[in-house]
Amino acid sequence: MKILIDLLRYNREFLLGSICIAIILALVVASFFAPYDEMMTYVVIPDMPPSAEYWLGTNSRGQDLFWQLAASMRNTLMFGVVVALVSRVIAIAVGLVSGYLGGRVDQVIMAINDTLNALPNIPILLLLVFVLRDQMSWPILAVTAALLGWQHDSRLIRSVALSLRNREFTRHAVFSGMRTGKILWREHLPYVMPIVFYTTMNNLIWAIGLEVTLSILGFSDINRPTIGGMIYWANAHSAMVAGIWWWIAVPMVFVVILFLGLFMLAMSVNEYIDPRSRLARMGA
Amino acid sequence: MTDLLKLDHVTKRFPVGGLFSRRTMKAVDDVNFTLSAEKPEIFAIVGESGSGKSTLAKMMLGNELPSEGRLSFDGTDVTTIRGRAAREAFMAKVQPVFQNPFEAFNPLTKLDEYLFATAHRFLAANNRDAREAAADAALQRVGLSLAEVRGRYSHELSGGQLQRIAVARALIPNPKLIVADEPVSMVDASLRMSIVNLFRELRDELKVSIIYITHDLATAYYISDRVIIMQKGRVIESGDARTVLEHPTQPYSIALKGAVLPPDPAEASAIIRGRQVVEA
Amino acid sequence: MHDVLNAKAKASAVAPKNVLTVEGLKAYYINEHFGVRREVRAVDDISLTVNRNEVYGIAGESSSGKSSLIKTLAGAIRPPMRVVDGSVKFDFGGREIDVYAEPEQLKPARWRHLSYIMQGSMNVLNPVRRVKHSFHDFAYRHMGLGGAAFWSKVRQHLERLGLDPDVLEAFPHQLSGGMRQRITIALATVCEPEFIIADEPTTALDVLVQQDVLGLIKDVQARMQASIIFVTHDMSVHAAISDRLAIMYAGRLAEEGATQALFDNPQHPYTAHLIGSLPRIGDVRIRKSLPGKPPALSDPPSGCRFHPRCPLAIERCSKEVPQMLPSATGGRVACFRAGEAVAS
Repeated sequence: MKILIDLLRYNREFLLGSICIAIILALVVASFFAPYDEMMTYVVIPDMPPSAEYWLGTNSRGQDLFWQLAASMRNTLMFGVVVALVSRVIAIAVGLVSGYLGGRVDQVIMAINDTLNALPNIPILLLLVFVLRDQMSWPILAVTAALLGWQHDSRLIRSVALSLRNREFTRHAVFSGMRTGKILWREHLPYVMPIVFYTTMNNLIWAIGLEVTLSILGFSDINRPTIGGMIYWANAHSAMVAGIWWWIAVPMVFVVILFLGLFMLAMSVNEYIDPRSRLARMGA
Repeated sequence: MTDLLKLDHVTKRFPVGGLFSRRTMKAVDDVNFTLSAEKPEIFAIVGESGSGKSTLAKMMLGNELPSEGRLSFDGTDVTTIRGRAAREAFMAKVQPVFQNPFEAFNPLTKLDEYLFATAHRFLAANNRDAREAAADAALQRVGLSLAEVRGRYSHELSGGQLQRIAVARALIPNPKLIVADEPVSMVDASLRMSIVNLFRELRDELKVSIIYITHDLATAYYISDRVIIMQKGRVIESGDARTVLEHPTQPYSIALKGAVLPPDPAEASAIIRGRQVVEA
Repeated sequence: MHDVLNAKAKASAVAPKNVLTVEGLKAYYINEHFGVRREVRAVDDISLTVNRNEVYGIAGESSSGKSSLIKTLAGAIRPPMRVVDGSVKFDFGGREIDVYAEPEQLKPARWRHLSYIMQGSMNVLNPVRRVKHSFHDFAYRHMGLGGAAFWSKVRQHLERLGLDPDVLEAFPHQLSGGMRQRITIALATVCEPEFIIADEPTTALDVLVQQDVLGLIKDVQARMQASIIFVTHDMSVHAAISDRLAIMYAGRLAEEGATQALFDNPQHPYTAHLIGSLPRIGDVRIRKSLPGKPPALSDPPSGCRFHPRCPLAIERCSKEVPQMLPSATGGRVACFRAGEAVAS
């Protein structure tokens, strides 16, 4: 708790990032109190500009943009978080083990890693969408994206693990009788955490970008509101041409706020948990 | 008479050159010596960089295997130690003390963790009280106590204190042999002697044999019983420490002793004035 | 070379003796991190002078502040470290430079008048360029000589130091550690500076190489009549090379004097301990180490900083700070009980 207060007080990026994320989270929470069902259309007067009654205006499908946005944020974020978490777990496990064991095992694992990494993401996801078509759903998309998203980061984690393997305190831990699992968890993981945190943010942004891309192209369940979905519908109704600029502007502005907030949080927390700055604070 | 440690024509080769080169260099070349189990002693291995002394240390700790010859501990050939159980049994009897006390401890880990882990693994101390008792006993033997060390991180203590904690940790499994690789070279001069004197106590009171690896002839002279002088992997001279270091007989060991600067301005400045470059 | 030597000899007849004057120097690290303020007093009120043609040794262990002291002398400190008080003044044959009053004066003087020999030779030699490029980078603009004349001078200099001029073509990793350190010394002396700061130059070297490198430094110094500040924790090295010696403890000076006088009759209990605890081949007497641990510079003991570990400490020592006063052996010492023998 004290850490949070320290960060808020002394680190401007953390403060700004927190404000951005607070806005987003407020939207997500608000989505649970929506007066309209998010999937339904023509529940309000369409094409109304932002006003006191409709805070962010309404779109051509007769939906209140504010509540659509709230629901979209919730769905998009959930997707991103699931993908990020699942791929983190895989990346950490693979990276730490491969880096620590080294030798032949490391070479084999990394070969598999790199091969999977070379697979192009969007085409595979598109292929998946076309093959599954009606059975396509968000959970399947999320798991597939997670399986595509760990390879790059596991290499980063592995390089940290490799350097840790050769440090004297690792040898010392071995002679103290610590077994491999314990060494990886207690001695090495703290050093790996800054990279993990940074890559989590990266991965989250990547996953959300993936979702937006697919949705804009129309390759996901369009009825369920997501950020990309909003943009898709705006395009489908030629919103820019029709002069309904707020329909495009709203999702874009808020996705930028989301990304900025995540990025700033990532940077500031990363600096805080970095072993070097931790040591400086401890007084080493 | 059982042998605690026996090196019999031990040689270690490393490949040099590129990926496809088959050339090798000998880091350790035909080293022979024996430590007896009945009589604990401090055995010094003296050499400069590139002499092979660190490689020899790794072999004694089981981190490298000899390319030729036989290295046996307590009658068992080290190449036969396979599997976790055998390895842990070996580690219980042979423990290391490393050169750099600040590197030996993870700066993000509390120091008592190492002591507790050692007690847990090698003394089967299954509960917290047993572990703390074992750690405290070991720390008392080196002149510290668990109260002073509990909850501390490595940067809060001096190099000398850290090395003492490292020695205490090494003592927990009640080993028969401690391999200390340059244990005092990174410790401040004012604290060095306490560690060096500690080794003497370990030999006399706890009956532990110590392999003391160093490039510093003066401390080797001060506490060792026997010494070997190494150059480029070969043993140049060996024997009783006082005799060899006071009256070396080989050209290399004579030059080595001649280059040691005594703490006396007149003698020391004469030594650097009369310098000759001995091409290694 | 003879002309230069004669010119220097003439200059020394009129030049003032002190090449370096340090007065009341205080340099602290002031750190503010997430609301926690730490003040580390690495250099706390140090005054000293270094003469021409002299090797002035500074002895101290880790946390003595000696590394911070040399950085401060060289004008190489950066925030969070700052000079809080005092002055550092150089006098290069009549050319006076006050390092902290006129910092821009120091830059053109670097390497030409003030050079450095560092601990790791790889800190100086660029690993991806040949040795000759390092000579060019460091020395060319100071020598004021054209291409061929410059290289001829460099080769001459190397030969005089007993180095084969062909090393200029080599890359640093192709040479041994001792060889690299000798090149570092050649590099630091090629412009014939008046002042050299040497920071643990022989610490990582083998004993045989150390003997040679120390001899080389002494030769070069004598020939150029330069002043050297030689920093090392190794008292035997000071015995070999330093003319005068200062002992540093926790950011302050404990004692200073002619090396022989210090070794024969140390006045400060810390000095006495440092010298007495050194083992020696041929001497089997038991050595002791000091109790306690080195002081934390962020929270040093009150009064005399050595008092928690001092066998002669009295109540006054924890309350008052002893000043550097003339000692019985012709140097200076900061101790209320200077000169009293420590019971062994």
